[in-house]
Order: sequence, then C-alpha cells, then structure tokens
Amino acid sequence: MPAQSLRIVLAEDSALVREGIVELLHKFGHQVVRAVGDADSLITAVRECAPDIVVTDVRMPPGHGDDGLRATTELRKDYPDLPVLVLSQYVANAYAKELFTPSRTPHRQSRAGLGYLLKDRIGELSEFAQAVERVAAGAMVIDPQVVQHILMERDQRHQYQLLSAREQEVLGLMAHGYSNAMVRDALNISDGAVAKHIGNIFAKLGLSPDDGNRRVLAVLAYLRDE
Amino acid sequence: MDRMSSSPIWRAVTRNPVSFLTSAAPWRALGYLATSGLLGLLSLIVLGGVVVCGLLLSVAGIGLVVLAGSVLLGIPLAALERRRLRLLEGPHADRPASPHRAVARPGLWPWLTTRLQESATWREFGFAMVFAVLLSVVDLALLTLAGSLVVLIVFPVKVAIVSGQPEALLLTGLGIAVLPVAAYVLGAAAAAQGWFVRLMLAPKEGGQTDRVVELTRSRARMADAFQAERRRIERDLHDGAQQRLVALVMTLGLAEMEFGGTEPKGGRAGELISRARGEAKQALDELRDLVRGIHPQVLTDHGIAAAVSEVAVRCRVPVDVDVELAGRLPTQVEATAYFFISEALTNVVKHSGATSATVRGRLTRDGLSVTVTDNGAGGAELRAGGGLEGLADRVAVVDGRLVLSSPSGGPTALSLEIPCQHSHSVSS
Repeated sequence: MPAQSLRIVLAEDSALVREGIVELLHKFGHQVVRAVGDADSLITAVRECAPDIVVTDVRMPPGHGDDGLRATTELRKDYPDLPVLVLSQYVANAYAKELFTPSRTPHRQSRAGLGYLLKDRIGELSEFAQAVERVAAGAMVIDPQVVQHILMERDQRHQYQLLSAREQEVLGLMAHGYSNAMVRDALNISDGAVAKHIGNIFAKLGLSPDDGNRRVLAVLAYLRDE
Repeated sequence: MDRMSSSPIWRAVTRNPVSFLTSAAPWRALGYLATSGLLGLLSLIVLGGVVVCGLLLSVAGIGLVVLAGSVLLGIPLAALERRRLRLLEGPHADRPASPHRAVARPGLWPWLTTRLQESATWREFGFAMVFAVLLSVVDLALLTLAGSLVVLIVFPVKVAIVSGQPEALLLTGLGIAVLPVAAYVLGAAAAAQGWFVRLMLAPKEGGQTDRVVELTRSRARMADAFQAERRRIERDLHDGAQQRLVALVMTLGLAEMEFGGTEPKGGRAGELISRARGEAKQALDELRDLVRGIHPQVLTDHGIAAAVSEVAVRCRVPVDVDVELAGRLPTQVEATAYFFISEALTNVVKHSGATSATVRGRLTRDGLSVTVTDNGAGGAELRAGGGLEGLADRVAVVDGRLVLSSPSGGPTALSLEIPCQHSHSVSS
C-alpha cells in the first residue's frame, strides 16, 4: 500500500479502458476523483478538482489527434507543479519529445513529475501503479521501449551501436525512474556492476553522473539535442 | 476560319476553275445541299411541332418538360450532321468526334443530367434551330435556283425541237454559260455550311481541356477518398480493437493479481493467466504495427520527418534519415511521400541485398524532393505489375514524378518529386 492515497484526474476516451484504470488505481489505494473522456473536460476537471496527478491518453476527442498531450502542455502552463503521466499507443518518440521538451514561455522551470508510458504497460499493474506514484512524487518516467527507440534511432543515424544491450537495459530502467538499488534488484546483478554500467552509459553519452531524475532528464536532453 | 480554309470542299472551290468544275466537288455540294434542304424542312416540322406542343401544354406544367426535351433533339440531328459531312468532304475526310462526355452511370436520369449540363448539348440545340429555320430555307432556295437553271437549259431545247424555233437555244447557251457560276455558288454555300457544322458541332479545344481537368479532379477525389478511408479504418481499429485489447491486458493483469502473481503462489492457473496476458500484449504490438501501416497517426500529428524516422527504426537495413522540411505540407503530399519512403525501404530490404540505405528529403523551389538510396546490387526496374508500379500510380495522383537509377552493380537511387506549395511557417 502506498504511503499516501493520491487524488487522480483521469482522461481516457475509451470507456472500457477508463473503467479498468479506475478499478486498478482503486485497488492500489488511490482515488480517481474525476474520469473524463475528452481534452476539454480534462482541463475543466483539473481546474475544479486540483488533483495530485493527471493521467491522460494522448489521442482523444475533440480532434482525435494529440489533443490529450496538448491539453497537458496547456495545463502545465497554468499549473507548473502538476505531475502528469501520459499514456500512449505510440512508440514514436516525437510524442515523448513533445512532452518532455520544456515550454519556452513559463518564467520558472517546472519541477513536477512527468511520465510517458505505452498503454499496454497498464497490464503490468504494479509497475503501472508505481509509475503513477513516482510521477506524483516528482519523478520522470519514460517507457523503456520508447527510450530504446530513441537510442536505436540515434544509432542508425550514427551508423554504430552506442550502448551495449545490457547498458540499454539499464538506461531503460533509469528512464523508468529506477534508483541504482532498484536496477540491481531488477537485473539481479551486483551493486558494482550497476555502477559500472551507469558509468559506461554516462561516459558514452558524454554526461557526468548524477542522481535521480536529473540523470533521466540529462539523458533526454542529450538525446533531444541530437 | 482556319477550319474553313482547310476544308476539302473549300480547297476545291479555290482551286483552278477547270479542275474544280471537272471534279466531283460541285456534285457533292449539290447532293449535300439537297439533303440539307430536305432534312432542314423535316427538322423544322419536328422541332416546330414539339415546341408548339410544349408551349400549348406549358399551362399544364408538362409542357415545360416537353420544351426541355426539345433541347435534346439537337443531339441526334448533330450526330447525323457530323456524319453527313463525309457526303460533302469525301469518305477520307476526318469526321469530327462527338463533343459529348461519356455518362458515368447507366440509366436515363444520369444521362439526362449529364447532357443538360454540357455546353455541347446547348450548342447543338442552337445549331438545330438555325438549321431548321434558316439553313433549310437558304438550301431550298439554292436548290430551286439550281432547278430553274436545269429548266433554263433543258426547256429551250424542247422548244427548239418541237416548235422549230432555234433561237430558243440561245437561252440554253445562256444557261450553260451560267452553270459554272452556279457550281461556284453551290460549292461556296456548301463549304460555308460545312464550316458552320464543324464550328458548332465539333468538340471544342476547351472541351478537351475540361475533360482532362475533370479526369484529374476525379482521380484526385478518388485518392482523397482512399486516404479518408484509410484514416477511418485506422480510427476504427484504434477506438475499437486496440482499446479492447488494452482492457483485456488490464483485466488479465487484475486476474493475475487476484491469484497473487505467478509462481509459486498462483500455480498453474496463475501461470496460464500470465501467458494469456503476454499473448494479448503481443497481439496489441502486432495490431499497433498494422495500424501504423494503414495510416500512421504520427504522420498526421508530426509530419514526414517524424513518421519516417519511425519507419527507419523498424527497417532491417540500417537507414540514415536526413529529412529537413520546414513546416508542414498538404496532407496528400505527406501521405504520398510517406508511402513512397516505406515502399522504397521495403524494396531495399526485399530485393537489393543492401547493407545500408539513406533517405534524403528537401524542399525545392517547386515542391518536395525525396530520394531513397541503397548500396545494394542495383538492376531494379519499373516493371508493370511490380511493387514500384503501384507506387507510380499513387505518385501520379499528386502529379509527382518517380525517377529510378539502378545500374547493375548498384547503387540504386529512387527519387520522388512532388510539385506543391509549401508554407515556411512551422506548425506546432
């Protein structure tokens, strides 16, 4: 059970999936205070309910394009501290980049958590619930498959493989907001091995090691600038 | 006027007098005008009858239909007139084609609406009116004159023989002397009428252009319809099957949780549920790939560069993507370019044996230019029925051009150029 029950606004246009997510978040002790089916209602709901976190689909009415993502950007202008977890059907990193690219207009940089998960990740219930909790607590979470995609794209552009398979795995977990200890447990390797992999990753990406979100952000920023 | 001078009968008239008068041309002119006169008279009766009936019945409303119907009478007359030109100009003269469009659908109503909307139909009706009212009279008058001339020549001979008055033969001589003049009058009249028939009843140059424009438009409409259909299928899959599978994966996750995870607590059932969830997830992955093939939403949301980078990542041959396009292009152009690149990369993987490929996209002054190059064996060609042919069809719709350069031994470069207007503003 989580330390604190979260008040969540959920936006998802498929009623079937919406009800499923409400049920599963409830199972993990959280409360969906408002579940809506389109981008406009999402903005209204956030204004009215002041939730701890927003969980939203990318593609929603009215435009059936990336309306959910755009509503999120809109909301984060008014509520820079509002954590947002975006659920998507698309591996295409254009969407993740859109979400993680800091908007140029706000005066102060947002410090709130952000997440981009593929929708089928919801099936890993506890993983999904943890992602919600981590984003609510201010973490950055990116679906490992998306990170892998970004890396692959980069490798193809540079005609060589930058990271080894294991290093990509570690980076994926880091992108998922895992700490060193969590990576160690997930991969069943030693602390030393984790440290070595992370050291290699940062050396290869030309970054200095740091902790927590900032390293994910750094990775993202690095990949984004490519 | 050009047409008049190029008409065979007019050329005959303007030839040297001996060869004109000894040719078949005067007789052709006579035959043409004689049949014209009779046909004109017939037209006057039919057309007049229909119009009068229509006017009388117009009180009852149905007359208006009859009047509208009279417009269509020009069509068979015009067809006959185009045919009859050969009588005048000889069997080898080219007969003008019908200026009418083909009717798209069978049935009387489509035929009626198509015909009544064509300018050709109205021109033909105008011709029928002139033909019935004016030409018939002129032609009959000319025939009468020709007839009188025959009488002028033949009758005095009879008089001279029967009543023994040889001076009557002077009149015959006069008649014969006037004959060439008459031949010229008839020839000129027939040529003028033939010219008028061509002017009114032959297809206009503009009409051809109209048809080409119309065809291009209908082709573009069809392409748009296909595109819309693809998007609809994509939306249906996204809203339907995809969401249902997500819900299924979620429900199986919940079931798994109820069983307390997989082994050892969940036992065999837990294991089966985990497997089912894995399979559902696999199905979701495959469906996602399928949907992307039908219509990539990334293309709609983020444009060519983003969509192509995704295709490139999935490609089994390493692809270097170098697409720099400021702003967005028309939907149809983006879709065509996207499918061009996907298809080209598919071909690279399937046939070329290449170990790397490059996609390069730029905006030129005239539009979009995309080239897919590979380092494979070369020797590719645009075969009928081949994959590239389907691509060529798609490209033709947006007036694009495919250029293939594939010498044996490689490298192969397939280029696409699509003319289009592009805005330089970057859409968000």
